[in-house]
Amino acid sequence: MDLFGDPAQWLPFTFAGLMGLSILIYVILDGYDLGVGVLFPFADDAEKDRMIASIGPFWDANETWLVLAVGLLLVAFPAAHGEILTALYLPVAIMLIGLIMRGVAFEFRAKAPAPYKPLWNNVFFTGSLLTSLAQGFMLGMYVMGLDYTWGHFAFALLTSVFLTVGYSFIGATWVIYKTDEHLQRKAIGWAKGGIWGLVLGIAAISLATPYVSPRIFDKWFSFPQILLLAPLPIVSGALVLALWTMLRRMPFLNDRMSWLPFATASALWTLAYSGMAYSFYPYVVPDKMTIYESASAPESLWIILLGTCIVLPTIAAYTFLAYYIFRGKATELRYD
Amino acid sequence: MMETLLLSRIQFAANISFHILFPTITIALGWVLLYFRLRYNRSGEARWMEAYGFWVKVFALSFAMGVVSGITMSFQFGTNWPGFMEIVGNIAGPLLAYEVMTAFFLEAVFLGIMLFGFSKVPRWLHTTATALVAFGTTMSTFWIIVLNSWMHTPQGFEMIDGVAHATDWWAIIFNPSMPYRFFHMMLASFLTVSFLIAGVSAFRWLIGGRTQGVRAALTTSLWVAALLIPVQIFVGDMHGLNTKEYQPAKVAAMEGVWETERGAPLLLFALPDDEARENHYELGIPGLASFILTHEWDGEVKGLNEFVAEDGTPLHPRVAPVFWSFRVMVGTGVLMLLVSWASVALMLRRKSDGEGRRGVEGLPKIWLFGLVGMTFSGWLATLAGWYTTEIGRQPWLVQGVMTTKEAVADVPAPMVLSTLIAYLVVYAILLGAYITVIFYLARKASRGEPVMEPRRAPEATAKSIPAE
Ligand code: HDD
Ligand code: HEM
Ligand code: HEM
Repeated sequence: MDLFGDPAQWLPFTFAGLMGLSILIYVILDGYDLGVGVLFPFADDAEKDRMIASIGPFWDANETWLVLAVGLLLVAFPAAHGEILTALYLPVAIMLIGLIMRGVAFEFRAKAPAPYKPLWNNVFFTGSLLTSLAQGFMLGMYVMGLDYTWGHFAFALLTSVFLTVGYSFIGATWVIYKTDEHLQRKAIGWAKGGIWGLVLGIAAISLATPYVSPRIFDKWFSFPQILLLAPLPIVSGALVLALWTMLRRMPFLNDRMSWLPFATASALWTLAYSGMAYSFYPYVVPDKMTIYESASAPESLWIILLGTCIVLPTIAAYTFLAYYIFRGKATELRYD
Repeated sequence: MMETLLLSRIQFAANISFHILFPTITIALGWVLLYFRLRYNRSGEARWMEAYGFWVKVFALSFAMGVVSGITMSFQFGTNWPGFMEIVGNIAGPLLAYEVMTAFFLEAVFLGIMLFGFSKVPRWLHTTATALVAFGTTMSTFWIIVLNSWMHTPQGFEMIDGVAHATDWWAIIFNPSMPYRFFHMMLASFLTVSFLIAGVSAFRWLIGGRTQGVRAALTTSLWVAALLIPVQIFVGDMHGLNTKEYQPAKVAAMEGVWETERGAPLLLFALPDDEARENHYELGIPGLASFILTHEWDGEVKGLNEFVAEDGTPLHPRVAPVFWSFRVMVGTGVLMLLVSWASVALMLRRKSDGEGRRGVEGLPKIWLFGLVGMTFSGWLATLAGWYTTEIGRQPWLVQGVMTTKEAVADVPAPMVLSTLIAYLVVYAILLGAYITVIFYLARKASRGEPVMEPRRAPEATAKSIPAE
């Protein structure tokens, strides 16, 4: 058991890592399909069907990463789990209702009588929008340390808008990848608009985090760390620049490399996210509770870890299988 | 605080009741679809594919409802019941984690292939995907039932500083009530699906959609129901005996027995009164309750008065809801037995010319209407059964370990009330839409519009239907 040193140390660390990873995978994967929902009003009816087709086989599995993330929070850090979720009671409820709306609208829009389709399209859009806004709000509140003051509230409203625009940006890059012709060109336009939301969002959070917490300030701006951290903003800046130039030239000849904006956007999210993870470590409840204080008993973490080592690679394998089967441009969704 | 507790309980009950409706359908429907699929693979007969094509849509819709309401469930623990995870998280956590890892991902990923991959993947892979989705839903059921059963009959742990620590995972997973609860739930799901398929197929038959696919679905579902309902009643009886051993207070409430007695009657009707601690207007069959519970006519049944603390606070649940929900479940079960057996008997009658059996034509019109009326009877029995189980456990959340009150969050009551109302509104609308759309699809199919015929099968025509 003590093969790698004290399990009370490395087990919480490992689980924080796993949880972080599933949140990251979630925000990229569900980020694009939420984004596609947020972009719905900009598309005409045929385009809406196509956009739905581009996320149809994937959205359910994408949402499962959220279940895994909250599951890991719940199983590995039970005390923090209660603290965070009770503090975020209302935004969580709004997000859940949003998720319910979009999940069912996805099915109903295709199955209900034709006159109701526009109604369910609206439900799909509203659900996606509510979910994104609520998640952005929670992100903002979390950065602000989960206590409610007017200032924090205002900041959280800001991040909720930025995250929504960010999701629609990554959603647009997904549409660029999965479609062609007119819709693809439209999506390139959406992406060009959306990128600014992303940039502003990352900037706002990067500026606010050290401002709110002196601990994080020190962590960033004290000497050797600042050198190690410097590549983060520099590479991010380069990625934004790259995205901007490629979007201006797209679509490329023969639709080559239409996946590139999506891949670059994912890389950008990953960087921004690592920056945040670095700032908050070792806290799960900012400046209140560390991962070590709130971790479950080692024997319980062990039994989960054991399963994870076997199951996670399997999940990865069949997820790749699904993306491989549904590779290429989205076609009409058919059950046959 | 008290109000927050009450509201949180109502909210939890509303959310889980809504959630359970859809898994109850998907758990068994997955296997039924696999059966249709395999019959088609073997025989190549279009009717099996037609049945598959219709029911896979209902499956997709139910699955989406199950997923989104399930996500709500997993957040509930944190938002409303933080104490639950703090005290028994070391045990509940790993069980939930295994559910996510071994079941949810499996279902979610292969669902995409099952629904949209028909013409993209080889036949064997599509069949495998269908099988894996069915297997995944069964695994979900297994893990969540393990957790739920552990809350009723906890073992394999020790309390250290007020927190449960696992000592024996084998004992936790195979806790005494788990096998009964698991099989009873699986059977409940199959019965719910049988009556759903029978009801919707009868509806289609009545409005003129008399295709071979409808005929196949109707006969299959009635046979499944007729075969499984006796098993369900048997398992239910065993379940009750198990409960008598581990949760005698619950059984006393189910039977409405206040004083410990020998030769207790089986009450068909009574109005249990928690204040007066007695029943009004009792009507019962003498000795039968004792016989069912102990298999002896004068066996002893413990009464509720044994479960009262020194100072008079009851240590048993409120009697009326447990008593009545139990009767609703058993009543529905008996009705299912009568209806399914009579249906099979009607179908097995010989044709008037003596050549072969009458099959679906043997069912009179009024009988078909009756089947339509029973479409959602499985939901009724399942909900009633869960209410018996869960309310019967109160005031405990984990029997003998923690009470429900210890788990609740101190979120302000108005906040809980506002979310409760929001959920109720959403659920009411969605339930209405769900039922309407199922019958809409049935009407549409009966007009002969979409009949699913595989594109790639050589003998089929090129007609095909979109994923609606
Ligand atoms: C189609 C659904 C259905 C039908 C027809 C029945 N049940 Fe049931 N019953 C359930 C669906 C169900 C359920 C919803 O699935 C429950 C709740 C928890 C569980 O495991 O099963 C349940 C619970 C449950 C319990 C409570 C166990 C506990 O203490 O936790 C008992 C004693 C029975 N059942 C007994 C019966 C009997 C004697 C039946 C004979 C007619 C019967 N059930 C029919
Ligand atoms: C298997 C997973 C389940 C778990 C882990 C679980 C857990 C819980 C918890 C935490 C409570 C306490 C909150 C409360 O008292 O309201 C509860 C109560 C309750 N549950 Fe369950 N439950 C499960 C399944 C179900 C199902 C499927 C149903 C019904 C369809 C159900 C119906 C209820 C009801 C009605 C109460 C309220 C009892 C009361 O407050 O008097 N439960 N359950
Ligand atoms: C408190 C208890 C419960 C929680 C936290 C919970 C959680 C969830 C979640 C998160 C999902 C969505 C999975 C996905 O993303 O694919 C789900 C689906 C499912 N749940 Fe539950 N659930 C609970 C109770 C139950 C009960 C009592 C049953 C059945 C006995 C059940 C059976 C299923 C099944 C079969 C599915 C997958 C099929 C479907 O979505 O219809 N769950 N649940």
